[in-house]
Amino acid sequence: MESGYEYFQRGMLRRKWKGRIFHAICLLAIVLVLMVLATLLYNIIEQGWNRIDWDFLTGFPSRRPERAGIYGALIGSIYVISIASITSFVLGVGAAVYLEEYATRGWFVKTVQVNISNLAGVPSVVYGLLGLEIFARTLGLGDSVLAGGFTMALLVLPIVIIASEEALRAVPSTIREGAFALGASRWQSIWHLVLPQAFPSIMTGVILAVSRAIGEAAPLIVLGALAFVPFAPDGLLSQFTVLPIQIFSWISRPQAAFHEVAAAAIMVLLVVLLSMNAVAVLLRLKYQKRSGV
Amino acid sequence: MTGESAVVQAKRLSVYYGTTQVISDVNLDVARSKITAIIGPSGSGKSTLLRCFNRMNDLIPNFKMSGQVLFEGHDLYAPDVDPTTIRYQVGMVFQRPNPFPKSIFDNVAFGPRINGFRGDLQSLVEESLRRAALFDEVKDRLKSSALALSGGQQQRLCIARALAVSPRVILMDEPCSSLDPMATLAIEELMRELSEYYSIVIVTHNMQQAARVSDFTAFLMGDERRVAELIEFNETRQMFTNPTDERTEAYITGRFG
Amino acid sequence: MGPIGFVSTSELRLRRYFTERIIKILLLLCSVVSILTTIGIVSVLIFEAGLFFSEVSIIEFVTSTKWTPLFSSKHFGIWPLLTGTLLTSFGAMLIALPLGLLSAIYLSEYAPDPARQILKPILEILAGIPTVIYGFFALLFVTPLLRSISDDVAIFNAISPAIVMGIMILPMVSSLSEDAMKAVPRSLREGAYALGATKMEVATRVVVPAALSGIVAAFILAVSRAIGETMIVAIAAGSNPNFTFNPLVPIQTMTGYIVQVVLGDAPTGTLAHKTIFAVGISLFLITLVMNLLSQMVVGKFREVYE
Repeated sequence: MESGYEYFQRGMLRRKWKGRIFHAICLLAIVLVLMVLATLLYNIIEQGWNRIDWDFLTGFPSRRPERAGIYGALIGSIYVISIASITSFVLGVGAAVYLEEYATRGWFVKTVQVNISNLAGVPSVVYGLLGLEIFARTLGLGDSVLAGGFTMALLVLPIVIIASEEALRAVPSTIREGAFALGASRWQSIWHLVLPQAFPSIMTGVILAVSRAIGEAAPLIVLGALAFVPFAPDGLLSQFTVLPIQIFSWISRPQAAFHEVAAAAIMVLLVVLLSMNAVAVLLRLKYQKRSGV
Repeated sequence: MTGESAVVQAKRLSVYYGTTQVISDVNLDVARSKITAIIGPSGSGKSTLLRCFNRMNDLIPNFKMSGQVLFEGHDLYAPDVDPTTIRYQVGMVFQRPNPFPKSIFDNVAFGPRINGFRGDLQSLVEESLRRAALFDEVKDRLKSSALALSGGQQQRLCIARALAVSPRVILMDEPCSSLDPMATLAIEELMRELSEYYSIVIVTHNMQQAARVSDFTAFLMGDERRVAELIEFNETRQMFTNPTDERTEAYITGRFG
Repeated sequence: MGPIGFVSTSELRLRRYFTERIIKILLLLCSVVSILTTIGIVSVLIFEAGLFFSEVSIIEFVTSTKWTPLFSSKHFGIWPLLTGTLLTSFGAMLIALPLGLLSAIYLSEYAPDPARQILKPILEILAGIPTVIYGFFALLFVTPLLRSISDDVAIFNAISPAIVMGIMILPMVSSLSEDAMKAVPRSLREGAYALGATKMEVATRVVVPAALSGIVAAFILAVSRAIGETMIVAIAAGSNPNFTFNPLVPIQTMTGYIVQVVLGDAPTGTLAHKTIFAVGISLFLITLVMNLLSQMVVGKFREVYE
């Protein structure tokens, strides 16, 4: 009988080549994506670079692109984000603590978990419709930063809850048991031991949620945030705009000069986002160092 | 044993997880100011029995029990008893040391602080560490992290932590199983010192340890249905030289387990 | 030896008991908020859409191919918005699916550790870029680029946002697929290698099929995300509700329409304004069905392998 050796050899060569080509294609896919990212960044920086100056950062939008500034939008974003992050932090961590530490594994927990997963997938405009109807109209908050902040809080709440749940789960149960054996009540063990231990992970989750919220425009547009705001909000019930909406409105103008201003504003937004993510990464590193004792 | 010399008593104690029975009909008196050991093959429910004495089993969802557990003559499981008030009076040391990620001082001070202690915390911590034979080794670094201590030191820290809330009974669940022989010896010596005032119950799978350390021994074993029952309970010297039940003898002489 | 001097008072016990109860209730309320949110969304949409459908026939809504609620001669057929959404989302998936899956295969099976450490954060950055920025890119870079290639491409079109949306969802497809592939036990791969399979064969014939349920779920979730995306299409796709399958002309998506009305002059309470809720509930239902589908896919097929 002829040996199969030769047959195997040929088959092997072809298979090896197929493998190499496939490897190259996969690599190409990633490289393509990286190139697109690089082009995007280059494009933006090239257009916006010379529009960034102190006047830009402290000025207000105007009909003349040379005079346009983002101060109103920046302050508006800060207001909205602060309200959103505090609200979602309190509600989100509270819910996670209840679900992980207090509730028994029954229908209630399951319902809430499924509910949260679904909420995470709802389009952001729909949150805008919700905010419009409930916060702006029914509760009478109008198109104020408070309404905007609450709407964004609801939008990112699922993220905060999921991240906090994971953080709490990562705390070893021996710590809780040690506290109970000393006569601590459940809340005492949570407040003094579990939460401090889970805190860095929770904060990472909150920062992630907030960076998502900073870049969102759709829900706030639906809520009624204005596109032309030549002032900074001066209170919780004030009208407002946020950075992404300001960018959107400048892009929508036909004049190319406004596009440059938009690019500059985009750079500011990216810098803010980058710093937030850097803080999150630093927190994660510090946490790993601490628990690796 | 009468009620006066028994600080904890289990009467016809049976334990179920849901519908599965794990412990059957245990009658056990824990003698005051003595060391009682619970021995038996692994998986025989020793830890479960121990955790009945400070209501730690309450934390497990399907836990059910029948029978009684008396602490100083009072029913531990009476409906109006709040488990958190029991747990510092019947303290517990775990199989693996579980110091909190805090300083040595804060670990020992934790129990008193959450239970509302208003006296001199400094001397309370110092006294607890002395009684746990740890003070001399750590007195210069009370503020440093407890996680930096060796395994044996961490376990003594956990003992000091339990002592700080003035328990009357100390439950120890295989306290030496994750320690080296030197540290084990140190803990055994400590136990003998502590038994002068505290009543100690220790679960151990190490028979020699039980023989060395305890005054009374209980032998727990599961039957064919894997339900644990108390095979024999006696003074340690009696049990190890002249066991009354043949299963006890088989276990002690190492024929199984 | 005696007791060290510690005693817990009954007054403390009582106070602690009440504190525990109150705290537990507060925390419970926090977790109820999420349920309230869902109830809120559903009731708002049903209520307002209900008002809309009391004036407009639902048959017309579902079958007509003309959508002109803001003109004087009003038609209320949802189909133009649906085709607009379809064009952009489908186009996005044409890009995101293959590229995302290939990236996932590379990261999961081929990439050396240092490469993975760099590439994963970069993909995460892509996922975190605000969508207005993608919209800028679509209108002011991709569209002019396409127009320089062919004159048939209009200033507002479906293909430009589709391409950019594809890039935007790609990290989602990639990381979810990668998670699914990572979950395939090593023993399966080793079995295949032991039979003489090459890396590509292990990846394509063992790992991907084993992880298929997770990958399909990832695809469905990504499409759902594309359908719900607003800013990119609001900027680059146009505001012409157009029942067409031509990707080179201006169209309008469901999300783009909502933004247009809100930024426009339709006063609250008019029929024109109520259309946003009719469109909103359609959008919500579509994405809900897809999200539930993806959860079902993961649940049902997981049993087969474990």
